[in-house]
Amino acid sequence: MLCRLMASEARISCSIVVESKPSAVVGVCRQILPNLEANGFGKDDIFAVHLTLEEAFLNAVKHGNKMDPAKKVKVDYSVGPDKIEIRVTDEGNGFEPESVADPRFGAGLYEPGGRGLLLMNSYMDTVKYNDRGNSVYMVRYKEKPHFTESQSETEI
Amino acid sequence: MAAIKPMISVEYSGNATVVRFIDEKILEEKDIKALQESIMPIIESACGRINLILDFGNVRFLSSAVLGLLIRISKRIYECEGRLKLSNINPKIYEIFKITRLTKTFDIYDSIESAVEDLSQTG
Repeated sequence: MLCRLMASEARISCSIVVESKPSAVVGVCRQILPNLEANGFGKDDIFAVHLTLEEAFLNAVKHGNKMDPAKKVKVDYSVGPDKIEIRVTDEGNGFEPESVADPRFGAGLYEPGGRGLLLMNSYMDTVKYNDRGNSVYMVRYKEKPHFTESQSETEI
Repeated sequence: MAAIKPMISVEYSGNATVVRFIDEKILEEKDIKALQESIMPIIESACGRINLILDFGNVRFLSSAVLGLLIRISKRIYECEGRLKLSNINPKIYEIFKITRLTKTFDIYDSIESAVEDLSQTG
């Protein structure tokens, strides 16, 4: 684990690489979620980030790394008083988020899977994928900003 | 009340079988698999026409994998011409159902009693 404490901004930024197995998400959550409480995030924020971490990490392990125990999942995060940024990266070939059917309509409503991305998109304020599709960057703000089209974010 | 495995309890109320989730968090794949292995035999043993109530009163956190389990359970109950009701879902988890529009798929009740009452009224 590699962490930087940005004293001037009161932010902590860390990078961790963990085994690609579903149970490893427990340790990831245990490391990240207390930082939210320490920065004054509320219970709704913690619930949202917890759920998102579970979904993103499991996607990386199952769909990205295809349950290959030789592969790893990298989790970068940065937490401060205003927002949390998370990036989850797997070693898979990636996917096209647009190709995933919306589970809220049609036959998707009765399919057992396919709701993880929807929940991530719903609970985080920003969700972006890299071009390859094997890395997802997400942000949740403590207080919601008013974005304009000209504004952009600098990713971790 | 009979306890089946560590994660659910089963009781009977009126013409309904009530399965309560015991754990606060339902996340890990092995837990979800264990739940499926506990609940499916209950449905099979009563096939058809089970009136099943799944009670979430103890549950404070779940992942989308649990929603998948609920879909599989509801399909099996439908095949068996039974009925499925969900009860006692806390507001944060209800929000997950709303986001995924599963509030349209499942009959959700505030309490076990109201689910049992509805089942008894509709035969």
